[in-house]
Amino acid sequence: RWRPLPSAALQPPDVFATGSWDNEDNRVSIWSAGDLGNAGLNGEYHGEPHLLCDIQHNGDVMDMQFLDQERIVVASSTGTVTIFRHHQNNQTLSANHRWEKAHYHVDQDTSCGGAACTGVVCNNPEIVTVGEDGRINLFRADQKDAVRTIDNADSSTLHAVTFLRTTEILTVNSIGQLKIWDLRQQRNEPSQIFSLAGDRVPLHCVDRHPNQQHIVATGGQDGMLSIWDIRHGTMPVSLLNAHEAEMWEVHFHPSDPDHLFTCSEDGSLWHWDTSTSVSEKPSFLHQGGRSTAYLSHSTINQSVVSAWLSNDPTKDRMEITNLIPNQTLSVNSLDVLGPCLVYGTDAEAIYVNRQLFA
Amino acid sequence: VVPGADPSARQLCFAWGPAEVLVCETLFGRTGGSRSRAGTAPRALTGSVAGTGEGAPSSSRVFVVRRDQDIYIQALRKLFNESHGIFMGLQRSEEELAGKSRKAQLVQVSKNYRSVIRACMEDMHQAAVSTRDPALQGQYSTQVSILSAMELIWNLCEILFVEAAAAGPLLLRLLDWVRLHVCDVDSMVREVLSSESPSKHKLFWNVVDVFVLQGRMDEARHLLSKEASANPTSMNMYKILDDLMKKMPVPSLGNTQTLTELELKWQHWHEECQRYLQDGTFASNPHMESICKILLGDEDAILEKKELMTTWYHFLVTRLLYSHPTVKPLELRFYAQSSMDLFLGGESSPEPLDMILMAAFEFEMHQVIKECSIVLSNWWFVAHLTDLLDHCKLLQSHNLYFGSNMREFLLLEYASGLFSHHSLWQLGVDYFDHCPEYGRVYLELHIERIPLSTEQKALKVLRICEQRQMHEQVRSICKIMAMKALRNNRLGSALSWSIRAKDAAFATLISDRFLKDYCERGCFSDLDLIDNLGPSMLLSDRLTFLGKYREFHRLYGEKRFPEAGRLLLTLMTAHIAPCSFWMTLLTDALPLLEQKEVIFSAEQTYELMRCLEDLTAGNPDKQKFQDDDVETTKVEMLRLALARNLARVIVKEGTVEGS
Repeated sequence: RWRPLPSAALQPPDVFATGSWDNEDNRVSIWSAGDLGNAGLNGEYHGEPHLLCDIQHNGDVMDMQFLDQERIVVASSTGTVTIFRHHQNNQTLSANHRWEKAHYHVDQDTSCGGAACTGVVCNNPEIVTVGEDGRINLFRADQKDAVRTIDNADSSTLHAVTFLRTTEILTVNSIGQLKIWDLRQQRNEPSQIFSLAGDRVPLHCVDRHPNQQHIVATGGQDGMLSIWDIRHGTMPVSLLNAHEAEMWEVHFHPSDPDHLFTCSEDGSLWHWDTSTSVSEKPSFLHQGGRSTAYLSHSTINQSVVSAWLSNDPTKDRMEITNLIPNQTLSVNSLDVLGPCLVYGTDAEAIYVNRQLFA
Repeated sequence: VVPGADPSARQLCFAWGPAEVLVCETLFGRTGGSRSRAGTAPRALTGSVAGTGEGAPSSSRVFVVRRDQDIYIQALRKLFNESHGIFMGLQRSEEELAGKSRKAQLVQVSKNYRSVIRACMEDMHQAAVSTRDPALQGQYSTQVSILSAMELIWNLCEILFVEAAAAGPLLLRLLDWVRLHVCDVDSMVREVLSSESPSKHKLFWNVVDVFVLQGRMDEARHLLSKEASANPTSMNMYKILDDLMKKMPVPSLGNTQTLTELELKWQHWHEECQRYLQDGTFASNPHMESICKILLGDEDAILEKKELMTTWYHFLVTRLLYSHPTVKPLELRFYAQSSMDLFLGGESSPEPLDMILMAAFEFEMHQVIKECSIVLSNWWFVAHLTDLLDHCKLLQSHNLYFGSNMREFLLLEYASGLFSHHSLWQLGVDYFDHCPEYGRVYLELHIERIPLSTEQKALKVLRICEQRQMHEQVRSICKIMAMKALRNNRLGSALSWSIRAKDAAFATLISDRFLKDYCERGCFSDLDLIDNLGPSMLLSDRLTFLGKYREFHRLYGEKRFPEAGRLLLTLMTAHIAPCSFWMTLLTDALPLLEQKEVIFSAEQTYELMRCLEDLTAGNPDKQKFQDDDVETTKVEMLRLALARNLARVIVKEGTVEGS
């Protein structure tokens, strides 16, 4: 995950965090992406990403998100959620706060088995986690106990969570359902349930469009990318046949949401680009030096319809590029911020691309 | 040696696992021979686990002995991962490329492998330098030397087998090889070069000799020029020597000259050197004289510089450079053998590394692989090298007694080793894929034994099985995960696993669980699941019933009674409902029967009555039925309600509308 930039920052991100899985000794690490031609801290030239610091982590790292510039929340396969703090003066990591047994199974045989925490999302200071136990937890960064817990929110595993609005969250589960939960309400029921038509393929990841909050993208176990409009109907707007295996993560580009990135077990990372348009429609709305063309169906006076929701294949053209030339093992995770992309694979390799739109 | 296991104190027993051995202390022969419980899974990470013995006076221990320690070395992870990438690239590369381009491709692959080894060496060296623990430092240093030896052997194999350098370029390649790998003299060279006046340095002539021995003429001449300028009296000698060194004919890489041309030129040059030496030109300067002798290929002169060459293969190459520069590959063996004998001179015996290199010079590929397998503790090297040689079509199908060839055998061993690692198993899968005979079987056996700690890992393993149509394994893994989910009361997860495996039996099990919950609690748990089953409802009859039953409840809740009633009846008559549930269904029909409005038609009522009779009549446990008051009351109430409904409906249906 890229460390978030302070607002109004002009330079591209240069620090990212990684979490490992399936090791005897898993670690959460902070890396510097390498300066492009500038001398580093000690006057050394670091063209390649290099490790700044790391810390031991109990269990597989299932998900991570930066809470703020210094703290990162990590979800573990043991069911523990930890906040790590990155001390930049001496480049160390320390465990700031830990919620043990945030996710657990109540098993008749064992007293309390931990269940993997599969997803975490933050909106400083609130942290929401979901897990294999079907539980949703709401934490606050400074409070010891959970603010709210929805037990048995789902009868199957919750794979991912994201914020829809500041008080609403979206979860996806392993029976192909997208649920909206309103955290203001006290009842432990989702306020809306969406599901795929046809086979209930498990959904593994979810992300919301940064600007248009009704557009949601999910990735499924069969590698299918689904785009949903949660204002209308209970089924996805479009289903795009993408990968050949589980799609692990989907991310809208935070500042350029016409770009979407997905990574999958089949070893590919796809860049979905709806910003190019075949039609002669003028490109208007310039954002920060990059022109973004919105597809408009007829005249300029009509409302701007996001490219993601348009169903007409003749008018819209989406460019899809596989960013990995020689794919072998699964790409488990990716993050994109500004012009920089970072992703990690099961071949124990991390790749950084700092000129994504060049 | 297993630390802590003492065969003299206790009798030990063994059990072989896929990659580990379980060693267990027994009390055999003592108090009745009770065995302690071997409680851990084969993938325990520590060396020993304490377990309690049954009926034993003291506890017995179980030891997990790992065969392959190397794969756990952190710095070697890069080696395994990167080489996996290169291996896959090689398997996928086009075989249609013929001749030169294919060879160039294979040489590139070989270079890639070597650069990975070097990168690992670098990392390991860094680790050795930066660590403070002397034991660890020793370990790292050993590893560095092992890797260095591996790269040496690989490089030689690349020159002799993969590239199959012909006479001429062969010598140049061997020279490069020596220069790259004999680096004991590097520090001395650096010292002399960086000193203010190199010619005054006491090691000056050593360095010049080193350059000459390694055929680095330009560098030697450069140094000599410094000496000449410092010492004008020897200017004449220097000029002649410099001229000789400049004119020395060497094989070229391009096709600018044929071997015969080279030989002719070389012969002339050799004679010229001979003349100068015999004329006594260099008599006054012993250093220069010895250099001239070396140029003439005088073995004794070269052997004098043993310490500068450090190894017999350096001696071999120097000899060849100055006496047989057009050596053919097949002639190498003779020179190699004699070089080793001359160099070691009976003082020391050849080490394993020397034997391996000798086997390479003799073009005994199988011998090389065999020796390497014996000496190295890990199959990595031999597996990848053999695979590469196989792609060069150099290994005859040397069938081993159990039917597979050597390449496959080594790959299988290597990949099996990978599977015993908690994380590198993913690499092993690809290796098994490329073993045509036994790969699949090995994979099937190994993949079931991977511990599935999280759902995500299980999904990855499943995907591997599905891609290879290993249906048995898919079913078995899904069953394991579904059972786990069921035990943790995650019915939705369990259902999603059984859908993935298309396991109807398990779906039935889950549905029964739901229905049991309903009967106990009177309401459904996990409505979000049951309400949204979709097409997966059809996986099993029981599941369909569950979905439809829930629909009945929903219809009832929405007060759509006629539809609800019809559905209920269909559930019974179409035999979707299990017999055990019929009583519940009939009880559910009661409120419908008692409604003000008539819901069931006469037909339907007859059907219901028939169902009730079927239920009560055909019941073998009639005794139990009659004893249970609640049950009999229910039956009576049902009969009454059915009768009343029948009465009402007959009247209603008999009434003519509007009259």
